Amino acid sequence: MRTVRPCGDTGLLVELDSLDDVLALHATLAADPPSGTVDLVPAARTVLVRVASAADLPGVAADVRSREAGEVADRSGSGTVEIAVTYDGEDLDDVAEHTGLSRDDVVAAHTDQLWTVAFAGFTPGFGYLVGSDERLHVPRRASSRTRVPAGAVGLAGEFSGVYPRESPGGWQLIGRTDHVLWDLDRDPPAVLLPGTRIRFCVA
Amino acid sequence: MIRVLATGPQVTVQDLHGRPGRADLGVGVSGAADRRALALANRLVGNDVDAAGLEVTFGGFAASFPTTAVVALTGAPSPVTIDGRATDPHRPVVVPAGSQVRLGTPPTGLRTYVAVRGGIAVDPVLGSRSTDVVSGLGPAVVAEGDELPIGPRPAAAVPWIDLAAPPRSDGVLRVVLGPRDDWFTDPGVLLRSTWTVTEDANRVGFRLDGPELARAEGFADAELPSEGVIRGSIQVPPSGRPTVFLADHPVTGGYPVIGVVVDADTDVAGQLRPGEAVRFRRA
Repeated sequence: MRTVRPCGDTGLLVELDSLDDVLALHATLAADPPSGTVDLVPAARTVLVRVASAADLPGVAADVRSREAGEVADRSGSGTVEIAVTYDGEDLDDVAEHTGLSRDDVVAAHTDQLWTVAFAGFTPGFGYLVGSDERLHVPRRASSRTRVPAGAVGLAGEFSGVYPRESPGGWQLIGRTDHVLWDLDRDPPAVLLPGTRIRFCVA
Repeated sequence: MIRVLATGPQVTVQDLHGRPGRADLGVGVSGAADRRALALANRLVGNDVDAAGLEVTFGGFAASFPTTAVVALTGAPSPVTIDGRATDPHRPVVVPAGSQVRLGTPPTGLRTYVAVRGGIAVDPVLGSRSTDVVSGLGPAVVAEGDELPIGPRPAAAVPWIDLAAPPRSDGVLRVVLGPRDDWFTDPGVLLRSTWTVTEDANRVGFRLDGPELARAEGFADAELPSEGVIRGSIQVPPSGRPTVFLADHPVTGGYPVIGVVVDADTDVAGQLRPGEAVRFRRA
């Protein structure tokens, strides 16, 4: 299923059934963007297409509906990054309660699986990491925090993530790291590029 | 160069285009909250419309000009003085060498744009001179004591103009419902209600006070996987109080967007101040 929803007069939100479908559609759109496209934002179940002007929208909608899914680039060669985490997050108890695990089990589940950056977004350097252990799937917090500190490690839905800098955020915080995830003096500035594998360890 | 003597609540350097095309790296667009005002200010001093200017939030900015400059102020009509003498905004003004420009508190609107002939020539970051207050990209927020470089004089002459009419606003924003209007019992509440801009307002967006936008049956406890959002998106967290996103919104958001303000009207939204009433109508 590919549902195209309106997003103002300069955007379309394409809804798909799975993360794999998202990555496949994003691959084809990124390789050959519909005429007028300014930004493509892949996310968990959607691809947002933003266009330069409202006049571009009908053509882009037709193009998006008719696209064949593309081949997702094999990024298995992107390497593995180890991130040391101090597991003392404010929401660790809530996560333990929600998952039925102990605090130590939550930490073990987080460190024992290999995570992969599915896509980037939210803020520069933020990667949405997917793992293999579904026990850590937890809802976002009921109210978001206006300030989450840089380096905070969180969980939300099927994802884990690390806040690259202080920002608002609604993820369940389980720990923190000193690992610098965005540095404009590096090329590329982001560590968590799509396809990169992440191993968390106890600091 | 201009030397900053005071900033009021907040002054940032902004250009028109920001950083488009990098959303999939988590880099938001940013740029002026009221783009049409910055574009007009630039035109009034003969700059390229995309030159960087200063976005002054709620007045209070003051600067000294060691060399003669041509400036124009648009957007929120802050009273302006040059060495203590009042001058009209919304037109090109010569600032003599050694004089001070001061902005008072605007009687309406929120953001005043100061264009200087030649543009504010800070180093661009990822193709833009705009400060993104969420991501931290671009120059630091302008502080007292900063010395801001001015670029070379542009080729275009300063236009012969007496006064450019400031745009009028009736406090009504046009909106396209969706993408997640189906999450709410009655999305029409958004269109029928008068909302009030709260103090929770910055370049990221502003929160609104008004009736609760209740979740539809089946969506009461539903979790929305994070999805891309654009400028003008009206996001509704479980509290039912909507937030309207402006220039520095995060690239993705995790709460349903009930409707999106049309792109042109996001400039109007960028001038709404805390306490002000706002209504939405279907585009």
